[in-house]
Parts: sequence; structure tokens; C-alpha cells
Amino acid sequence: MFHDTTALTGRLMKQITRSPDTIITVAITPLALFLLFRYVFGGAIAGSGGANYTNYLLPGILLITVASGVAYTALRLYNDRTKGINARLATMPIARSAVLWSHVLTSLVSNLVTAVIIVAAAFAMGLHPHASVGGWLGFVGVLVLFTLTLTWLAVIPGLTASSMEGASAFSYPLIFLPFLSSAFVPTDTMPGPVRWFAQHQPITSVVESMRLFLDGRAPGDDLWVALAWLVGLGALAYALAVRIDRRAHA
Amino acid sequence: MTPATTSTTAPAITVSGLRKSFGDNVVLRGVDLTVQRGEIFALLGANGAGKTTTINVLSTLLRPDAGTATVAGHDVAADAPAVRRTISLTGQFAAVDEILTGRENLELVARLRRVPEPRRVATGLLERFGLTEAADRRSGTYSGGMKRRLDIAMSLVGAPSVVVLDEPTTGLDPQGRLEVWATIRDLADAGTTILLTTQYLDEAEALAHRIAILHGGTIIANGTLAELTALFPPTTVEYVEKKPTLEEIFLAITGSETRES
Repeated sequence: MFHDTTALTGRLMKQITRSPDTIITVAITPLALFLLFRYVFGGAIAGSGGANYTNYLLPGILLITVASGVAYTALRLYNDRTKGINARLATMPIARSAVLWSHVLTSLVSNLVTAVIIVAAAFAMGLHPHASVGGWLGFVGVLVLFTLTLTWLAVIPGLTASSMEGASAFSYPLIFLPFLSSAFVPTDTMPGPVRWFAQHQPITSVVESMRLFLDGRAPGDDLWVALAWLVGLGALAYALAVRIDRRAHA
Repeated sequence: MTPATTSTTAPAITVSGLRKSFGDNVVLRGVDLTVQRGEIFALLGANGAGKTTTINVLSTLLRPDAGTATVAGHDVAADAPAVRRTISLTGQFAAVDEILTGRENLELVARLRRVPEPRRVATGLLERFGLTEAADRRSGTYSGGMKRRLDIAMSLVGAPSVVVLDEPTTGLDPQGRLEVWATIRDLADAGTTILLTTQYLDEAEALAHRIAILHGGTIIANGTLAELTALFPPTTVEYVEKKPTLEEIFLAITGSETRES
């Protein structure tokens, strides 16, 4: 299984390194949003309170980056399925799970590379983290878990969509979700129902956890809520994806 | 992994009473056929006759609703891993990774099939299929015939004893078609068993030792070309002026080389 996953991940990573525009394309929209919020809305939103708005924005921008990045996993799977590559692999004596895991690991690596670009830009925009090594590990750990969960979600349309547009359409609501959370502004000023939604949807707890890690504080309850959401949704998506995959070749 | 152990007496492929439906759509209504070792067997039928369904069962992609199928003595339902080590499927669309080069595609399959020395195996196959010059180009830049040849080459990594080709020449130009025919004959000469599906009568006639006609989900005729011909009334001899076929004209004026690279 390990051998097969490595060989197949190598194939997908070659696809990415040969079209590095994928990584750049994924980074551009979140970077534009980052600049827009930081330099256009930032003054009005952050006021003169002195809080570092770049610090505040970074987690939400990273989540938007991942949400748009995982669409490529759905596209790559859709391509492999419609071009007969999945069928060819299914007739070979290899570990069944290796095929899906190779797509998931490729997504993880490429999204983390894009995330590094975003964090570098954040430093240029005045990011001032207070995190210790442990805090950074927590920050990256939550981001990795978020990426895994969203990638397993992306596998489902990749295996089922009947068109290329359909395969990537699922990511639009995911990209929009951070706007209805505490990613850009505190939820306090939102009207009742919107505030209720923002405070109870998974993005808010994920953003709050990452923000507290970045500020060198312990995230507490936010972290447990975030982990419950991510592990729960991820396990559900994984089970569904594996089931669909088995059905397709059984 | 070593190649699957195969008993020397079992036929390459046996299919018996095979049934498969997709919802209300009954595709196979009891298919029976036997392919002997080393022969080229053509499964002839119109679109929708059930050719692809039959070979998808044989290559472990689909489970039959009823009936049994074996490849080199291994049951496809009970012992799928052994079947996968023995058989190799070349599907209807050239399943090559277009971003990888021809060589990388072959080396990937070699690694997945745990063949020793992937690079040497790839080099050998590239040469055998006239792809040496194109080896380090992305396969997305290949012509249709070249892609198909790479596709077939990928199926031969690890020397499977049974090769299944689903409509290997559909969508190819006449040149590409002749290239693929030559490849199939070479394979059979080397002792590989070949099951191919086709909707072209002339293809079955030109290549196959035995032909089965699949129609409406069952085999309605099965035998050598001579046996099938004998089913019809004796031929009457008539004088007909022989005109060149359009294919012959096309090949004559576009040049006669059968392999590009």
C-alpha cells in the first residue's frame, strides 16, 4: 500500500510541478482578498485600536486558499476517471486505497506549498506572530487537518460528477463560508440569524483556534469544537468516498 | 510479486452463463465462451451488444450477477488479485497520463506491477513499439496511433499472459489502425493470448483465429472464420471488376510507411 501510494503520488506531483501555474492560480485570489481586506477595508474595520489586522486575517485567508485549492483534486480525479486511468489502475494488482490516498496526499502537499506563499506575503504585510514552536505546530496542525477534511470532501464530486464544471462547483460554497464567520470581522455586529449561523458553523472555531495559536495563547474550547467538526466531517467524507469508489469498480 | 502461477492445462479464458444487468437494462443474458491459450479471439458485435461489459467482468472491473468467468484458471470473483496479475486490459480510450512522458508512463506501471528494473523494461517496450524517439516527450503531444501504441505497451509491462483489448482501433486513422494490427500480430506470435472486441468485420477477419458474435446479450455464433463462412450457402462464382477500396487509395497516396515516431 505504501509502495503503491508513493508511486502514484509521484505521478500526481509531476503533474503539478509541470504546471506550476496551478499553485500560482490558487494563490492569486486569496492574495487579492488579503490585500483588499488589509489595505482597503482594513482601516475602517480595525479602526485605530492598534490590533494587528494582518494577524487577524491570516487564518481565514488560508482557509479560503485551501477551499479553492481542493477543487483541483476533484478535477484531477475527474480527469483520471473519464480518461480511463482509474479503470486501468483498478485492473492492476495494487492496493485499492492507494489511488485515493495518492490524490489526497498530493492535495496536502500542494496546498501547503500555496499556504507558505500566503504566509510569506503576510509577513510582508506586517504579520507579527507571538506563537512559540508549539503554537506554530498547533497552527499548522489545524490547517493540515482542515486540508485533509476538505480534500476528502473534494474526492466525492471527483468520483461522481458528470462534467468538469460539476466536479469543481462544490468548492464555491466552501470558499464563501469564511465570509459568514469570524474570519474577517467579529461576529458581534452581525444581525441575529446571521450571527447565530456564524457562531455555530465550523469555520469560526477553526479560525479562532488558528488565531489563538498565532497569538501565542491556548485555544481552549474553540480547538475541541474545531477538531470535532473536522474529524467528524472528514471521517464521514472518507467513508462515503471509499464506498463510492468500491461501487464504481466492484 | 511473481507472475501468477497458472495451471498449464486451463484455457486462457472461460466464461459460462454470464449475466449482467444495470437496473432494468439487461446487458448480458447468459454468455458462454472459451479462449484457448495463444490464440487471437475476436468478440464481434454492434454498439451496446455487451462487449465491454463482458471484458469488464473478465478484468475484475464489474461483478457478474450470475455465471462464472475464469482467467488462466483463476475465478474472477473469488480470486481477483490472481486474475489481475495474469490479465491486462487496454480500455476503449487510451488511458495514458498525458502530462507524463511515454517513458514515465511505462515506468509508473512497471513500479506498480513491481517489475524489477523499471527503466530497462520501459526502454525495451519503447523500442518494440517504435516510440524510442518520442520517449521523453509528453504523451499528450503524441498522435492517436502513437498514444494507442503507448497504451498497449503499458498493458504489456510485466508480460501478462492474457491481453484484453477493447475496440483497439476505434477512432484511429487507417495508418494507426494498421500499426495496431501489426502490434497485435506480433504479440500473438510471441505466445500471448489476445481477446479483442471490435465492431469492424474486416478487423475480426484480418486478425482473429476465432470469432464470436455477441448479439442481444448472447453469443449467436462462434468458430473459426472458415466455420462461420460454412454456415452460409456455398459461394457462387461471379466475375466482378476489382476496384481499389478507398482505404487502399488513401494509403497509396499518403505514403506507405506504417510507423511514425
